[in-house]
Amino acid sequence: MNNLVSVKGLTKIYNSTTALYNVDLDIESGHIVGLLGPNGSGKTTLIKILCGLLHPTSGSVLVDGQEVGVYSKSIISYLPDQTYFNGDLSIRSTIEFFTDFYPDFDPQRAYGMLDNLNINPDSKLKSLSKGTKEKVQLILVMSRRAKLYILDEPIAGVDPAARDYILRTIISNYDPEATIIISTHLIADVESTLDDVIFLQYGQIALHASVDEIRSKEGKSVDALFREVYKC
Amino acid sequence: MSWNLDSDRPIFAQIVEHLQYDIISGVYQPGQKLPSVRDLAAMASVNPNTMQRALSELERDGYMHSERTAGRFITEDTNMIQALKTQLATAQIQEFLERMSKLGLTQEEILNLVSKNMKE
Repeated sequence: MNNLVSVKGLTKIYNSTTALYNVDLDIESGHIVGLLGPNGSGKTTLIKILCGLLHPTSGSVLVDGQEVGVYSKSIISYLPDQTYFNGDLSIRSTIEFFTDFYPDFDPQRAYGMLDNLNINPDSKLKSLSKGTKEKVQLILVMSRRAKLYILDEPIAGVDPAARDYILRTIISNYDPEATIIISTHLIADVESTLDDVIFLQYGQIALHASVDEIRSKEGKSVDALFREVYKC
Repeated sequence: MSWNLDSDRPIFAQIVEHLQYDIISGVYQPGQKLPSVRDLAAMASVNPNTMQRALSELERDGYMHSERTAGRFITEDTNMIQALKTQLATAQIQEFLERMSKLGLTQEEILNLVSKNMKE
């Protein structure tokens, strides 16, 4: 199997805080991976380094065999944990913007998903509720034909019915060669759609295993294991 | 809607079971073509790779077979499907008998109760 993401000895220190310490991580293509961990465990830092938004203090990161840069950014579709859209634009103009900006963006796919979720493409982004805005952002991110999708808390503000729809959409739309990394606290909701899970703790990888390995070894769900490992 | 899966057992095994039930109960008829891996995965809300593994297992056991370009089909061997039905039914009856004996019922009492319930 070829590794789409290969991280070696990755450390990130902010002033006096160590966010990631000596992380080694390999992620194969064609996998849906859950990045799990309590608040402050380093999930978003890891994601931002993969996306080239932060520089590592030390260590190496390869995406599809190349160092993070122009190429890696062109194959990664990233959903940040905050909105970055211009609220005065309509969804339609934002789609046009994405179509111009990303050669791999498929507007048909975006309009199809908007239609299924009954979202009017002519509404302005700032007029949307928090949940609808999140849906729109996820639709845009998933409408690219990327090799690596990185979704930081994609379903947190979305109602359960739409959550199911979104997960089904992710499953039925993504290219079997593509990998999806999902960072989330809603483990029970996504668990059955994941191949592997990565537990982060104090900036290190506490566990990297497949969902079914965990279930057959521990006799409990990943969600239950998480609650046990990170019990406060 | 997505399939009802237990949260504490491997997903793979549960998908295999679910598909076996679908074959036995005739949701998928002998010789019928199955939906694609991706559609099945979306229907079940499970990971496509896990669905693929479950289908491969069922294929290895002979309950389905794939034809290169045409897709994946349920076996036409009705004896085999019948045998699977008997096998799964037996497993459930064993489980039931165990629970009844935990309630302290004798074999005769169980039989009587079962036939009484079947008449109603």
